[in-house]
Amino acid sequence: MPELNLTSAPAHLRHGSSIGQPLTRRDGVLKVKGQATYAADNHPPGMLFAVMAVSSIAHGRVTSLDVAAAKRHPGVIEIMTPDHKPQLAIDPEIKTNPFVFRMEVLQSNEVRYANQPIAVVIAETLEAATEGAALLAPRYEMLPALVGLDAGESFVPPVVGVGNPTENHRGDIEAGLAAADKRIEAVYETPPQYHNAMEPHAIVAHWDGDNLSVDMPTQGLMLSLGRIAELFGIAPDKIHIRSPFLGGGFGSKGLMAGPPVLGLMAAKLVGRPVKLVLRREQMYGPVGHRAPTRQRLRIGADGEGRLTALDHHARTVSSTFDDFYEPAADASHTLYAAPAIRTSHDAVRVNTGTPLFMRAPGEATGSIALESAIDEMAWACGIDPLAFRLKNYAEVEPITGKPFSSKALRACYDQGAARFGWSRRPLQPRQMRDDAGFLVGWGMGTATFPALMFQAEARAAIRRDGTGAMEIGAHDMGQGAWTALAQIAADAVGLDIDRVTFKAGTSDLPDAGIAGGSAHTATAGAAIHSAGAAVIAKLADLATHDERSPLFGAGNAGVIARDGRLIRRDDESRSESYTEILARAGVAEVEARGTGAPNPTAMEEYAMHAHGAVFAEVKVDPELGQVRVTRMVGAFAAGRIVNPHLVKSQLFGGMIWGMSFALHEEAITDRRSGRIMNANLGEYHIPVNADVPPLDVVTVEEHDPHVNALGIKGVGEIGITGSAGAVANAVWHATGVRVRRFPIRIEELLT
Amino acid sequence: MKQFDYVRPATVAEAVAAAAQPGATYLAAGTNLLDLMKGGVSRPDRLVDVTHLEGLDRIERLADGSLRIGALVSNADLAHDAGFAKSYPAVAEALLSGASAQLRNAATVGGNLLQRTRCAYFYDTASRCNKREAGSGCDARDGENRTHAVLGWSKSCIATNPSDFCVPLVALDAIVEIEGKSGRREITLDELHRLPGNTPERESALEPCDLIVAVRLPPAARGFAAHARYLKVRERTSYAFAIVSAAAALRIENGKIAEARLALGGVAAKPWRARAAEDVLKGVAPTADAFREAAWRALTDAKPSGDNAYKIELARRIVVRALTLAAAGTPARIPALPASPFASTSGAIHA
Amino acid sequence: MNHSISLTVNGARRDFVLDDPRVTLLDLLRERLHLTGTKKGCDRGQCGACTILVDGKRINSCLALAVSHDGADILTIEGVARGDQLHPVQAAFIAHDGFQCGFCTPGQIMSAIGMMQEAQAGNDPERIRECMSGNLCRCGAYAGIVDAVLEAQAGADESNQRRSA
Repeated sequence: MPELNLTSAPAHLRHGSSIGQPLTRRDGVLKVKGQATYAADNHPPGMLFAVMAVSSIAHGRVTSLDVAAAKRHPGVIEIMTPDHKPQLAIDPEIKTNPFVFRMEVLQSNEVRYANQPIAVVIAETLEAATEGAALLAPRYEMLPALVGLDAGESFVPPVVGVGNPTENHRGDIEAGLAAADKRIEAVYETPPQYHNAMEPHAIVAHWDGDNLSVDMPTQGLMLSLGRIAELFGIAPDKIHIRSPFLGGGFGSKGLMAGPPVLGLMAAKLVGRPVKLVLRREQMYGPVGHRAPTRQRLRIGADGEGRLTALDHHARTVSSTFDDFYEPAADASHTLYAAPAIRTSHDAVRVNTGTPLFMRAPGEATGSIALESAIDEMAWACGIDPLAFRLKNYAEVEPITGKPFSSKALRACYDQGAARFGWSRRPLQPRQMRDDAGFLVGWGMGTATFPALMFQAEARAAIRRDGTGAMEIGAHDMGQGAWTALAQIAADAVGLDIDRVTFKAGTSDLPDAGIAGGSAHTATAGAAIHSAGAAVIAKLADLATHDERSPLFGAGNAGVIARDGRLIRRDDESRSESYTEILARAGVAEVEARGTGAPNPTAMEEYAMHAHGAVFAEVKVDPELGQVRVTRMVGAFAAGRIVNPHLVKSQLFGGMIWGMSFALHEEAITDRRSGRIMNANLGEYHIPVNADVPPLDVVTVEEHDPHVNALGIKGVGEIGITGSAGAVANAVWHATGVRVRRFPIRIEELLT
Repeated sequence: MKQFDYVRPATVAEAVAAAAQPGATYLAAGTNLLDLMKGGVSRPDRLVDVTHLEGLDRIERLADGSLRIGALVSNADLAHDAGFAKSYPAVAEALLSGASAQLRNAATVGGNLLQRTRCAYFYDTASRCNKREAGSGCDARDGENRTHAVLGWSKSCIATNPSDFCVPLVALDAIVEIEGKSGRREITLDELHRLPGNTPERESALEPCDLIVAVRLPPAARGFAAHARYLKVRERTSYAFAIVSAAAALRIENGKIAEARLALGGVAAKPWRARAAEDVLKGVAPTADAFREAAWRALTDAKPSGDNAYKIELARRIVVRALTLAAAGTPARIPALPASPFASTSGAIHA
Repeated sequence: MNHSISLTVNGARRDFVLDDPRVTLLDLLRERLHLTGTKKGCDRGQCGACTILVDGKRINSCLALAVSHDGADILTIEGVARGDQLHPVQAAFIAHDGFQCGFCTPGQIMSAIGMMQEAQAGNDPERIRECMSGNLCRCGAYAGIVDAVLEAQAGADESNQRRSA
């Protein structure tokens, strides 16, 4: 693939700073012309097609494969099976670090979940490989499948999420409940969900001796690189991964999963480039999902509607062979000021692919339960849901008692409610109808997501021709890294954005960390910011130490970089262009590296979260039970907004996921076989265009000096939280029926 | 997809002859067949491509006032034919509520009539399914079956027919023209689809080699144009199969229902004509009470086949609503959200 | 058995021999003609990422056998712009941020162009939403998509008026 050449968008108004400008996507032209190259669009000469055969049982072992029948099919070249495959350098069952999850790469005949890869057919054409895989007609020895939240004995996992304690408490829950005037206890269930990025997982792998070229969508170039290196026993510098565009990730392309490794193995086996693309149904198993939960909330409130206790317990599942536990109850740590809070988790093991991170893991599942319960409690107290939330507004983080680094949630409530018209909401449910007779309901939810930071590095350069370069192995899965990070880069090196070459998306660039946790812009942005500052410092050194420069001796006063010039901070009439400085110094370019990392001191001192308030209107057919969301308003405070245009899109997307959580998506598992019966996009419902009403997003001004150098909190995931509960609460308000099992189904509203 | 032999006959006679080979099946647009072939549900040895046959893509008004729709007319072309939509608005509305615009552009009238069930156990080749493999059993019976049949099902099969198009068509007494080994014949659409009984693998009255060449709407079908609707409850606002749907068509004279037609979708292995309900409505005023009585009659024989008792009550309510909407009059233009409960943006939805 | 077929793809006639009748239009475009702008999201007619225009009508190319479309006139995303001059729908998608990851975008744009030619939705946002519901977008860019179509439709209406004036 040629180096990515981003066509810059039409000229935009800018006022000195790129950050904060609503630029259109710099990769927009490529994307609308079909020229953005996703992994499966690559086709190196001599390439073969690999197709996985997957298990139709959830538990047992493969006893036979009709390899001969598959081989007889014209065009089939090789069949990779547990008995016939390249050896890996290490056992894939070994977890070499906390971000390694076990995968199935034909290491045995064992089947641990439905849709597990059991063989790979490699052929001259896609048609031959596909039919070859069908002809394998596997036979199995079947064992009973563990299915559902009551599949077996429950246990308390050692940690949930990524190293979170399984249990947390502050204050005395039972005393708080005993002292309460009003108590509720409610159980909510959320289903398994699958990321279903529009782009199926894909890999094009090409071995050239020990050198390996990989086209693969990944949210973590360096983690993938490291995992490939250890699995195949090759030096990381022999591997080149290209991932310029991801067709959506949502967490499913974060960590190396089995299928891309099978693609690498297949290419090695046949000694030719190989393309392996998952079929849609194969995405329901080996590439992660959101685990189902059953959450019990017990809440107490005093006569004034102030919380006395908040107890949140979540049951979830993990696979039979690895550990990831949806930290759903942790959603209750940050939002409501109860003097007693307890969160806890337990789990059962089921025959499923290991659940993993899916957009707002824990936060999304926990939020819909918590926000529903808070709504129930407000109703029990006879208080408006917004007033109730304000009454229990947390001035410090409830679970830790730490101050917030910043928290503009009150402004979110105010601005969102005003925009929505919340004050006209009747307290009682089932009070509003539109002129066609539909029940109308208004619901709200509070959104929150932690402001995280990972580690990243960037390289900046300023060249004698007055242009700059910024390099970082960042990932654009749709959130807009190509644009937002370039904006940060432009400001970092004091140049117009069109004068900065911004490189990202390949593994030969500095490590940008993982695109996850809503932290990529903050983390990569901090590295870019710091690399820019470092390169400007080098340039400033050249100028301020040179007697011939108008900036000579300005070292103490300092300089600022703007529009390709260094300007004396205390005297703006004294400045010099980058070109002049570098020409005189006789250097072609100066370069420097910078890093972005969390600040442990600030983290110790402050609770860091983005916040928001989401308001939803639904209409429900009073007799037929069909629901339609007709309006949503979200007000979010997420620190500095790098690009309002892209941020709005991210928040819209999150709100739509929230709506989908409440009303649409659910993987339906056959309770006997453990197979997912709707592993497709026809019956695993995600919202279509007609489901999505006019959406309104308000971004509330928020300056946070503590989260990171740029004050960015991240917006990738927060949109789901709050939104799911807002829609569910609106359904209650419309109908008077409280549905506690999600998604809300028509039959539950047929009263 | 299994390897197959592809033939493209030039005439209907050649097509019928080409289909005589065992394992042969007709290919029209392929929007259903290719999906089934990709899933391994259908593994034909020969595809007889009928898409290039002459003369099957016409919509013709016949001398007796019937309308003859060629089997290769696309769903979209039919629904967007202004004359058609005006005369048979419930059919156009049903067509436009099905699938997506892309699929409707490709899918044909004949193909839609033979659309296979969306039962997940039929699609899942690792499950037992009497329809897919005669005598293998039915895993849907004790499985995930909240969308399955409540009428006409048997112990062998509880699948439903997913077609929207067929629901108003069966209400309007559509006739299916078939070309087969022994020449042309015709049957009513009601006779085309079979209930499962002990042989759910036999889905239709078609014999091997039979090719649907046209669908005909008899002259009387035009008489309902002023009061005809299709209503479909689903789990997304668009691009989803019906949980339950209904087509209601009324001929109202002097404030009384001279004739009523009613059919249900998503409830049985065939589009379900509710004749008993029609009889109740004949000669009475179009009132809420009458519609409720009709709804009750329409579902008299309904029983849950699994976790789907709610569908019976839902079907009753849909019948009442569809009749109410039909009585209120066909809208001048097909609504923005065809067949959706949310199609009406103003005016009472209540009976 | 080989099948000789002839297609017009983005204005150019292509004659070729197909060695396998199982090849869909989508796989033909992507894997044999290397026109990879058209995307495969589900391969089962359930997502719309593979939408192309065949004889002027938008269809799911994943559910169309190439051999059956002998003689067809095909327009893909690669044939929409004129050089650097974007089609109005393309430009509107950029202006209104009608996409995030961009994977469904070629299908969305082809669908929007097809829809405008069908002339059923006009400038009614509700009809546009319904008529664009065959194109899933997991990023949730629907609001931008509708705005983009509205703008493109307004532009088309304006130029039609100019033409008829």
